[in-house]
Amino acid sequence: MFKNLKSPLFFLQKTPRTRYTVLNRNITIIMLLITIIPLTCMLVINNFQYKTHLRNQIMAPLYAMSEKTRHSFEIFMDQRLAIVRFISATYSVENLGSKQVIQKILSSLKKERYGFVDIGLINAKGDLVSYVGPYSLLGKNYSEQISFQETQIKGQYISNVFLGYRKYPHIVIAVQVIKDNGETWVLRATIDTDFFDNLISSMGLERSSDAFLVNSAGILQTNSLYYGNTLEKCPLRLPSNGYKSRGIETKDGNNRDIIIVSSGFSIADYILVIVQPQSVALKSWYALKTEMIIIFLISLTIIIFAIIQMTAVLIKRIKTSDEHRENVLIELQHAQKLSSIGRLAAGVAHEINNPLAIINEKAGLMMDLIELSTQFNQKSKFSELTKSIVTSVDRCRRITHRLLGFSKRIDVKIEPIQINTIIHEVIEFLEKDILYRKLEVNINLSDSLVPILSDHGQLQQVFLNLLTNAFAVVEDGLGRVDIETKNIQNKGVSIKITDNGGGIPKKIIKNIFDPFFTTKKDKGTGLGLSISYGIITKLGGEIFVESEIGKGSVFTILLPEKTNEMEGKNGKPEN
Amino acid sequence: MENQKINILLIDDEEEFISTLAERLELRGYQCRTAGDGESGIQMIENERFDIAILDLMMPGLNGLDTLRQIKTTNKELPVILLTGHGSTKDGMEGMRLGAFDFLIKPLDIYVLIEKIKSALNPQ
Repeated sequence: MFKNLKSPLFFLQKTPRTRYTVLNRNITIIMLLITIIPLTCMLVINNFQYKTHLRNQIMAPLYAMSEKTRHSFEIFMDQRLAIVRFISATYSVENLGSKQVIQKILSSLKKERYGFVDIGLINAKGDLVSYVGPYSLLGKNYSEQISFQETQIKGQYISNVFLGYRKYPHIVIAVQVIKDNGETWVLRATIDTDFFDNLISSMGLERSSDAFLVNSAGILQTNSLYYGNTLEKCPLRLPSNGYKSRGIETKDGNNRDIIIVSSGFSIADYILVIVQPQSVALKSWYALKTEMIIIFLISLTIIIFAIIQMTAVLIKRIKTSDEHRENVLIELQHAQKLSSIGRLAAGVAHEINNPLAIINEKAGLMMDLIELSTQFNQKSKFSELTKSIVTSVDRCRRITHRLLGFSKRIDVKIEPIQINTIIHEVIEFLEKDILYRKLEVNINLSDSLVPILSDHGQLQQVFLNLLTNAFAVVEDGLGRVDIETKNIQNKGVSIKITDNGGGIPKKIIKNIFDPFFTTKKDKGTGLGLSISYGIITKLGGEIFVESEIGKGSVFTILLPEKTNEMEGKNGKPEN
Repeated sequence: MENQKINILLIDDEEEFISTLAERLELRGYQCRTAGDGESGIQMIENERFDIAILDLMMPGLNGLDTLRQIKTTNKELPVILLTGHGSTKDGMEGMRLGAFDFLIKPLDIYVLIEKIKSALNPQ
């Protein structure tokens, strides 16, 4: 009969235990997936977005620094170039050819600390015709040198760093000087590169970072912390050349992850390079990433734990409710069975009553006639026989009455009733039990008990439940159950059932009226007391229990004279 | 009051039961007349004088309660004792609401019935 009631949750045709295990597993997996997938997606997206954002945050200051520093270099060089151009424009070739004049110019420049080391004048053939400086270069021919050729073509020139004759890094600035006769001579000045180092150190880079100048051929123009000294080949592959700052992420020779930002000069063949290890640049990113992963793992643990716990609770609830449902169905079946038995019994009892009444009257008439007649043979024998018939009829009558009484439990009827009568009926029903188990039952019923309007059958069931329970908890031979009824002023009647059983522990006393609560393990449905409670409450009464361990329990029922359902109707009590 | 003067009307469809009961009552000095259904019972009450009626509730045709209703409209003072084969007291209670003196459950105890007859005829 339970097949039709199978819940859709149990689509799996398995034994109950594996069914719950599979259900548990499925729910757990689904819940884990729907919680962990979005969480993981969020982590990945966040990771990516933060990284992009942080890279921009890191690169932007590097670009700014690169632009600023390059600009400083360009201003520096432009300034030197302007000074040399100014000299060439101010002085004639003849003047510059005079040693005293250029001696005076150089000493003036040195006073201004522009880094000028020497000044020389080269004629159209490339010979150094005038020179002032720390070396004896006079008469040297520069016609084959790039600086001379470039100056002849472009009018001015700033060289890369070179050691020159002095083995000290410096650069050359040369400008064209046009003589009156049209010859192009060259004014050439040398500047030391100390200023380069000052500018780089003024960038305020971290210790692990590096900044230096290279030329387009990749030759270092300043000393680098990690990638060689001046005029050595730079081992790094630089971002594509250009005047605008560009950055790339790459690995260097030591397999360090680095960021390279480079920016080309417009006025000379120089490239400013800033190298920063990624670990420094992205240190905050790594810290954040670690935190995020830790948070993710903690959340994951909590989620998994919560899901497993929740699913367990859920499955337990489902299991309990399934069990409850099955119990209810069993109880329903039982009630239906009782109902049909009751109806059958009522029919049989009714049909038998009429012939019984006839037998009763016939036997009664026989008795009357025997008594009235004069002495005859075996008069006493006949008298006994007829009496025996009447006694047997009376027994049958009681049986049919009991059957009819119990069949009435099935239908709800509010009628005037005598509680004492119901108690007698129930006790009659339990008589055999009392006799066999040698129990002491004290019935102390009030003679003046007021009749009440209530449901006979339902109250019969309540008393049967309570008395059956009382008999179940007492010992054979020693058990005592007291039943007492009395009137309560203006309120109705009270029925008290006292047993000397083991008592109810305090811990469970509050649960005894709950449905499905039972201490009888497999024997009880846990419905008896809850049904009783339901009936009494429905009839407008109260039921409560007092109990003491080792001494027994007292169940008290208070019933009003009228139930709420009867109010307004006029009922006449049974006499 | 002397038994000889008491006329009892018994109304029940169970012929065997009613005739035996009548005989037993007559043995005890009552005068009994029987009716096999409600209609004839009502007719007899209209035509003759009875001190008390004993009426079965379960009858084919006009049932006990309807019979009682009719008796009570025409002859309100006539005491009626109801008999029921039904274990239920409901119809009995209903009958008492309609004015019956009392109801008894079949099979009967003749002595209880006589007690009821006596108390019905001598209120107090």
